[in-house]
Order: sequence, then structure tokens, then C-alpha cells
Amino acid sequence: MAEIKHTPLYDFHLSLDAKMVPFAGYQMPVQYPLGVMKEHIHTRTHAGLFDVSHMGQVILRAKSGNTADAALALEMLIPVNIHGLGENRQRYGFFTNADGGILDDLMIANRGDHLFVVVNAACKDADIAHMQAHLSDRCDIEVITDRALIAIQGPASQAALETLCPEAAQMRFMDVITADILGTPAWISRSGYTGEDGYEISFPNDQIVELATALTAIDGVEPIGLGARDSLRLEAGLCLYGHDIDTTTTPAQAGLVWAIQKSRRTDGERAGGFPGADKILPEIINGAPRKRVGLRPDGRAPMREGIELYANETDTAPIGTITSGGFGPTVGHPVSMGYVETKYSSPDTIVFAEIRGKRMAAHISALPFTPANFKR
Amino acid sequence: MKFTEEHEWLLVEDDHVIVGITPHAAEALGDLVFVELPETGITVAKGDDIVVIESVKAASDIAAPLDGEIIAVNEALIEKPELVNEDPLGTAWFFKMKLTDPDSINELMDEDAYNDLIG
Repeated sequence: MAEIKHTPLYDFHLSLDAKMVPFAGYQMPVQYPLGVMKEHIHTRTHAGLFDVSHMGQVILRAKSGNTADAALALEMLIPVNIHGLGENRQRYGFFTNADGGILDDLMIANRGDHLFVVVNAACKDADIAHMQAHLSDRCDIEVITDRALIAIQGPASQAALETLCPEAAQMRFMDVITADILGTPAWISRSGYTGEDGYEISFPNDQIVELATALTAIDGVEPIGLGARDSLRLEAGLCLYGHDIDTTTTPAQAGLVWAIQKSRRTDGERAGGFPGADKILPEIINGAPRKRVGLRPDGRAPMREGIELYANETDTAPIGTITSGGFGPTVGHPVSMGYVETKYSSPDTIVFAEIRGKRMAAHISALPFTPANFKR
Repeated sequence: MKFTEEHEWLLVEDDHVIVGITPHAAEALGDLVFVELPETGITVAKGDDIVVIESVKAASDIAAPLDGEIIAVNEALIEKPELVNEDPLGTAWFFKMKLTDPDSINELMDEDAYNDLIG
């Protein structure tokens, strides 16, 4: 069995009295003494610092020397317009499989002379193997192992980061730049996973403690653990791979069709050409049999992943399942995401969850539960 | 105050006991978001799961520490589950029960024994 891994910020987390838990093969901070609820609220009202170094960072360079060729190659695996992604811009995407399901979701950035891809920790090895298997003929694939990844999120993020990096203030949502922080080039994107304004920063391993220390020293910036990271993204209606999206969910079912630009859809200039296109593209036109929805339990009890959903209090055949659920500290009530048969997916439809043997009502809710605050 | 191995505390009051969970348990659970209390008037046996508590991450149960009858529950916890994290030994008591055998409380740990347990 593989040994559990540490990010370069492991000792830093311990020094802040983090409660550490294993996640995707890494010891990660689930919370600090502030606790999950307060860390969550702090991120939405001030700024929170997250260690996401467990995620995978990969650079793709076209063997031809023309990054457009790397983009076209990656488009063979991802149903997104990468060829048209402007320099120093980033986009959300996902690897698909032959059944039209999702292998992982990720971010792709055009850095001019290369593409920069960030993948989920749990799928890191599989994603890298996937890219190597299909792209090695056209791309040089470099797995970045000497850089850590952190995120600063919340309305005070810009004010905090610009004290160390003035250029960060000029960035718009989904911009990517290279700029010096503490005398060293940082790769910075204005993006994140919380629904708030913020930045994600790739920085050398041997200086990340210095950067994290400098950021948390700024008044109003608190370290935030994975517990709050999960409740933040859930309130923001963002999918967690392996829970809300997986190999059995198609983009249309998952509500991710917005990420598939027109050029890759039926009748687009580069329609299809990715795994599962023959299932994914018709579903966009014809509709999906089930849909990802938000759910707002009527009572106070959280409705958690795995709980089955029913159309009423007595039917024995479920009409859906909860894929993520918990409590939303900002909205002050339980929040969930799940899939239901499309005819039950309109907001305000009442469905029933079976919890501890009792049928409890919930209302289908639009997503996100909290408004997005991106710097557009 | 007496303690159980499941990290509950009991305090004798008049002819009944007040029951809550210890700061050690509250800290281990993390922020509580939901508490479901039993009906008053029910008879319970030692070990029966009678309270459901949910933290941010997971659901848990609190069991009856001894045989008895539930005579009161702390409704304040329904509105404010976080009270358990704030004041587990005081205002965040869970329920009061009349013990079937008032002497049964003597089988439980005292504070020193509990502190040894949690190390």
C-alpha cells in the first residue's frame, strides 16, 4: 500500500494546529482551530487561504512548436474550445469517456508557449496516464512536481494579494499571469472553487511556506481547511468529481453544457472529435433523462450523499439520489445537490428523502445557493 | 458529575439526572448543525440511541446512559445546535431523565477516571 503523502505545507498546517485527515493519498487539513463553520463564513466575508498542492499540475507543449497544435490535441479528449482560448486565459473543462461520462474535471490555461492544466488530486495519476496515452505523439507532457498550489478566496483576496503582487489587482476572472511574488515568478489565475473572487497560485515548493506565512500574516486572511472548502463549493453549486460528476454522468445530465462551446457542438466548426461525442452531443439537443439539481431540505436535518429521493411519501421506486449534502453556513440551512428524473427537476418541486426510515420533504432549488462574486 | 465511556456527563438534580456530552466529545465532533431530540415521557434502556446529532461532516447518536424515563429535552439545541460546541457542560444539556434505579449512577466514572480515559 502506498504511503500517505504530504504537501510542502504539511508542517505549516501542523504549526497552525490543523486537524489533519487523509484525502486522495495526502494528509490534508480538514479544519484549523477556527472550525469549519467559522472558516466557511470567514472566506465569504474576508479572505481564506487554501492548500491545494495535492492537485496535479501539468504542462503540455506542442512538438510542432505551435501551441495551437497542443490545443487541437487536447480537444480530442475534452469537449471544450481550447483552440480558441486566448493567451493568458483559462477555461473549465472535463475529460470524457466513450459512454459520454466524465473522467475528471479540470482547468486549462493558454500560457502562450504551452498549455497549463490543473487536475483533481484523486484522479491525478489516471489523468496523466490518459494524456500520455493519447497525446504523447503531438505533445511533450511535463508533470510539475516542484511547485505547490494555493488558493486565496473571498472579497478581501485582491486587497491581500496586491500587497505582495500589485499586478494581481488588474486581473479579471479567468485571467492567468506570471508575476513575481517575494522575488520569484508565480503563476497566478483569478479563479477558484468557492463562488467568491479569488486567485489560485502555483509557486515553488521551496518557497511556499514563506508565501503562505506572508499571506496569513495579512490582517483578515485565515487558513481554511477542506471541510469548509467542501461547504463553500456546495453552496456555490459546484460539482465535486467522484460525487456530483463521475463516469456515469454526462455533461447534459450534470448541467455542464455551458462549458461545451458552440464550436464543439453539433454543426460547430470542430464538432465532436472527443470520446462519447455520439452520446453527449445528441443529449444536448434532445434533453437528458435526469438532471443535477440543488435541494433545500424543508427541515433542519442535512440530506447527505447516497440518500435516495422519492416523488412522494409512499412510492418505493426512487426518482433520484443525493450526490452531495451538508449544511450551508452562509445560507443558514441544509443544502444538497443530487440527480432527479428530469420531470421532477423544476425549482420548487417537492421530493422526499428517506432519512432514518422517515420520508422528509425537500424542495428542488436553483443553483447556486449563494450568489457568485466573480470579478468579471 | 459522572461520565460514561461514550463521553456523556450526568449531573444529579433533585430526583433526576441531567445529561450532556463532554467538551472532548464536542471538540471531536466539530461544529454541530443538527440535533434531533427524543419525545418526553418515553422509557429508555441503557444503550438505546435516543438523540441524533449531526456535525458538518457526519451523523452520530447519543445513547441513553442508564435505564430510565425522559422527562425533559433541551429545545434550545434545535434552534442553535452550535450551543453544544460553545457550552457543552452548561446550557447545552441534551435531556433530563428519571433513573429506573437511582443507584445505577454510581457505576459510572468520576471526573478523574474520565480524564484518565481521554488521556
